Amino acid sequence: MLTDVTEKIMEKPEPNIIALCCHYCAFTAADLAGTMRLQYPTNIRIVRLPCTGRVDVNMILQAFVEGADGVMVAGCEEGGCHFISGNLRAIKRVEYAKKLLAETGVNPERLEMYHIAASQGPLFAQKSTEFTERIAQIMSGEASTESTTQTNEVKTDEPATVDSK
Amino acid sequence: MTETATLKSDSRLEKIMSSGQFAVTGELGPPKSVDIDLIRKKAQHLIGKVDAVNITDNQTAIVRVSSIAAGLVLKEMGLEPVIQFTCRDRNRIAIQSDVLGAAIHGLPNILCLTGDHQCFGNHPTSKNVFDIDSTQLISMLKQMRDDAQFACGEEIKNSKKAEPLPPCIYIGAAANPFGDPFEFRVIRLAKKINAGADFIQTQCIYDMERFEEWMKQVRHRGLHEKVKIMAGVTPLKSVGMAKYMRDSVAGLSVPDSYIERLSKVEKSAAADEGVNICVEQIKQLREIEGIAGIHLMAIEWEHRVPEIVEKAELLPRPQV
Amino acid sequence: MITAQRKPFDEIYEFAQRHKKILILGCGTCVTVCMAGGEKEVGVLASQIKLAAQEKGDQIEIVEHTIERQCDREFFDEATSRIINDADAVISLACGVGVQFCVECFNEKIIYPGVNTTFYGATVEQGHWSERCAGCGDCVLDQFGGVCPIARCSKSLLNGPCGGSANGKCEVDPENIDCAWQLIFDRMKILGRLDELEKNVPVKDWSTSRDGGPRKIVREDIKL
Repeated sequence: MLTDVTEKIMEKPEPNIIALCCHYCAFTAADLAGTMRLQYPTNIRIVRLPCTGRVDVNMILQAFVEGADGVMVAGCEEGGCHFISGNLRAIKRVEYAKKLLAETGVNPERLEMYHIAASQGPLFAQKSTEFTERIAQIMSGEASTESTTQTNEVKTDEPATVDSK
Repeated sequence: MTETATLKSDSRLEKIMSSGQFAVTGELGPPKSVDIDLIRKKAQHLIGKVDAVNITDNQTAIVRVSSIAAGLVLKEMGLEPVIQFTCRDRNRIAIQSDVLGAAIHGLPNILCLTGDHQCFGNHPTSKNVFDIDSTQLISMLKQMRDDAQFACGEEIKNSKKAEPLPPCIYIGAAANPFGDPFEFRVIRLAKKINAGADFIQTQCIYDMERFEEWMKQVRHRGLHEKVKIMAGVTPLKSVGMAKYMRDSVAGLSVPDSYIERLSKVEKSAAADEGVNICVEQIKQLREIEGIAGIHLMAIEWEHRVPEIVEKAELLPRPQV
Repeated sequence: MITAQRKPFDEIYEFAQRHKKILILGCGTCVTVCMAGGEKEVGVLASQIKLAAQEKGDQIEIVEHTIERQCDREFFDEATSRIINDADAVISLACGVGVQFCVECFNEKIIYPGVNTTFYGATVEQGHWSERCAGCGDCVLDQFGGVCPIARCSKSLLNGPCGGSANGKCEVDPENIDCAWQLIFDRMKILGRLDELEKNVPVKDWSTSRDGGPRKIVREDIKL
């Protein structure tokens, strides 16, 4: 179920959220959420990767450079990674990326790592809703102190191979 | 080993130990300011109670009045200082210069130390020197005294035609019977003796058993006959201090029995019990073969030294 | 290799914001291995500067480029030279050598250091580099079982250890620094050469190290 906050967000310019999801778990869960007709915010753009271990720090930073309001990295549960430890590497890189964001003045809470198993459609819906609400709150708090709004140009359906140049 | 070996210096400490008598040295930390009266005040307690007084050299890398400068104050009062040199702050040029300086002022005893790293002191961002280490420092001093040469090989004389005028010094070194690696500790002592150390002062001892073990190895190599070994003691002022020494000082173990004794008495009486323990230790150490003296480190507690040496039956000090 | 660490972001941003167009120039050798200034790190820094500029409302154009090494003239080729000359300023992520060499090749350009160069070290494991050599110019590793007392002993003792060695650790930083002399002792024990450590090692000639002044090596047989 959508919360009031999310409904309000839907009425306004929506926060742009990129969800970097691994094919084996989180993406499958997102798919399942769809087939189960569970509602989750439509402003989330999902990028399917073979594994969250494919995520490197600059992939995350570039998403923000290009205008993402929030980035979620969704992988398998710890111990459940199809590639054994790709999700564990992703955890460390997300931590490091948060630090780098903070250095630049970007709120590190705009980035988050989630662990969602393939069968957990409802969990995907819940977490993506929670994250959207968090981003909406952060961005509205920041928007009220800014005189101009940012233009959010976000590439859709970005392929898994992101060049770092 | 003949007890009437030729003396290398005018050192009172040397005279006492060379003649087979039991020696006592004290220790004094100079002030962190130009408070010369404080030096006199601390030193006052020690007159007639010890044979010589060690003066620390920027101990723990904290800036204090230099050892030589404080040593001169003691000399004026009739006390013989043991000047301490560390390798942390001075290169070989500065050290040799200071040795000449100490010698012209009649300060004959020099203790060679490595020195605490500057990270422990009040100037942790400074550059350290460590041009030479403590063993090399001992060799260098021996070369100055016995060969009348500087470390570079040049003779210690004013001009080509002049006679060499080397410093006559009594060279000391420190030994840590409790450090790591344990198997290597006696070898390190042997190296310092080879380098030319005349006397040794050890770290403060609490673990008698471990110390006796070390002395056994020392005697096994005949080292006690080549150098005068002075056992270090530090009186425990309180149970807090005992626990601190046990927990924070690397390699130092304090027997539970001491901690128990200090805990049992009233807080105000702990200091007295500490003095009792110290006196017992001194008496025990005197009995160990190869111990030529006691080095009593009662830093900031100089006023209790007279009582300790008296109870330990070390008075009167010999006249030389 | 020479190891380095990326300078704190604030310091670098302070350089960047002085100009309109900056080049972040990476180096493909040492700083790539220690992950401080290679192509990847150039990308990350570029993104960080862009984000910070967005936050602060600054306008900074950023160009990214990485060459094999910044300490050999060959690698500053035509294309690289053009890119460097085009920029208002360069933030070089090479070690101190590379930055200075870049300056020597591009005398009129403003070149900032983007990393703090630290030590000669090795990769202990992925993500962990440790100091091994001090460049003293007179290697004595044969005498100490392959463990350098100059670089790895906090006091550079040749007749160590000092009294601050406990449980194989150096008192300067027991969590992070091994006592070099414990390492030397252990190694010489394995080699059956402990007796060699009983010899008194004489004072070191420091004139071959940095103490003697900045150094150079010239091979007449190789010079053209």
